[in-house]
Amino acid sequence: MKTIITVVALGLLSSVAAAGVAAAATPAEIAAGEKLATTTDQGNCDACHMFKGADEAGNIGPELKDVKSMVPNRKEFYAIIYDEEARNPQTIMPAFGKNQVLTPKQINEVIDFMYTK
Amino acid sequence: MRLAFIALALTVSAPLAQAASQPDPAADMKAFQGYFLKQFPKLPLAAYVNGPYNFSKSESDQWKQIMEFPPYQFAVDDGKKLFETKFPDGKTYASCFPNGGIGIAQNYPMFDAKTGKVVTLGIAINRCRVANGQKKLKLTVGPLADISAYMTSTSDGKPINVVIPHNPKALAAYEAGKEYFYTRRGQLNFSCASCHVQAAGMHLRGDVLSPALGLTAAFPLYRSSWGDMGTLVRRFIGCNQKVKSEPSKPDSTAYRDLAYFMTYMDNGLPESGPGARP
Ligand code: HEC
Ligand code: HEC
Repeated sequence: MKTIITVVALGLLSSVAAAGVAAAATPAEIAAGEKLATTTDQGNCDACHMFKGADEAGNIGPELKDVKSMVPNRKEFYAIIYDEEARNPQTIMPAFGKNQVLTPKQINEVIDFMYTK
Repeated sequence: MRLAFIALALTVSAPLAQAASQPDPAADMKAFQGYFLKQFPKLPLAAYVNGPYNFSKSESDQWKQIMEFPPYQFAVDDGKKLFETKFPDGKTYASCFPNGGIGIAQNYPMFDAKTGKVVTLGIAINRCRVANGQKKLKLTVGPLADISAYMTSTSDGKPINVVIPHNPKALAAYEAGKEYFYTRRGQLNFSCASCHVQAAGMHLRGDVLSPALGLTAAFPLYRSSWGDMGTLVRRFIGCNQKVKSEPSKPDSTAYRDLAYFMTYMDNGLPESGPGARP
């Protein structure tokens, strides 16, 4: 019983923390995320995904719009960018975190930016 | 128009089924060609030699314009001169090839039973030079690409006809090439198939990804983004670099085997090099 309570409490804490991060996204973080998402040898998201403001975007992955309802859970979004192969071994979306293309901080900035789309 | 292409592209789903344990190149080829014919039912087999132009109206319009003055014509003309120039020993390239080198490009890469290795057209040209006391040329660009362009132009429209003899080393080379094609590599962890099978016909940023079928048929080719001619190995190196993987050496066994597998998959398609791409 006691353990369960702790787990629940922890869970609550982390979701509060995650929400806190989202709420705290500064214009600077969002701008950093945009740069990463559109820079060829970094996030390069627009090579495969269309999103508003992307220039010459590809169409290998789904269009990223209304991203908050597409991936409402920030942790899940982080996991998709960190290593989409874990969810879908066949995917061609690169594992940006696992393969050290993006740092955790950079992944969070990309998320901050994408949540404005 | 773009929408129609997207719809076509979206029907591509799983990559090709992987090998059975016993090498069976003929069955692989049938499955490989069948896969694409099913994915893009409107595209006839021979059209695959036109790569990206099948999927983008704007690019195919551009292509028609480019082809009024084919940018590879200089290479064909220069290549012909080089091909016909005598080596110091008085012989020419013609002495090294069946039929004097005319109308035979569609048979390469070839398995050489003597060395147990795959020989691409470029490597055969270099072998000829060495046999006549000359230095090897670069396999990626320059005079060798020009000579290949001329030789390939004399095979225009002939069906690609790569042979895999019943020789364990030839089969092993074929299998190694196939494995290379389907193995993920580089920091971005892509295989050749990730882009040219799974995402065939889709847009990677501004580029339409050509289907794996037909990929070798128009080489050597002039690429506007290169600004000159390049051979198939030049493209291998470029695609390896795209995914941040270490390219192999132009004359490596890895690239010979890869070319052997890929060109064998194109058997029956019309030889259509030299080509031009955006
Ligand atoms: C080389 C192609 C490629 C790149 C680059 C790429 N993606 Fe993806 N992405 C895909 C594909 C394909 C899918 C479809 C799902 C799958 O394959 O697992 C996908 C799925 C997604 C999804 C899930 C959508 C859903 O419906 O659940 C999100 C979110 C996403 N990508 C975000 C990103 C972000 C952010 C970046 C850049 C940091 C990025 N992608 C870079 C190819 C790519
Ligand atoms: C990240 C995506 C990607 C990967 C992975 C990739 N390629 Fe490519 N490839 C491209 C793009 C983009 C082009 C240019 C557009 C086109 O013609 O498909 C191209 C073109 C080619 C062409 C020229 C086709 C033509 O008609 O001009 C060949 C041949 C080729 N690739 C072979 C390979 C091989 C072999 C591998 C694996 C070692 C590979 N590619 C891996 C993206 C990729």
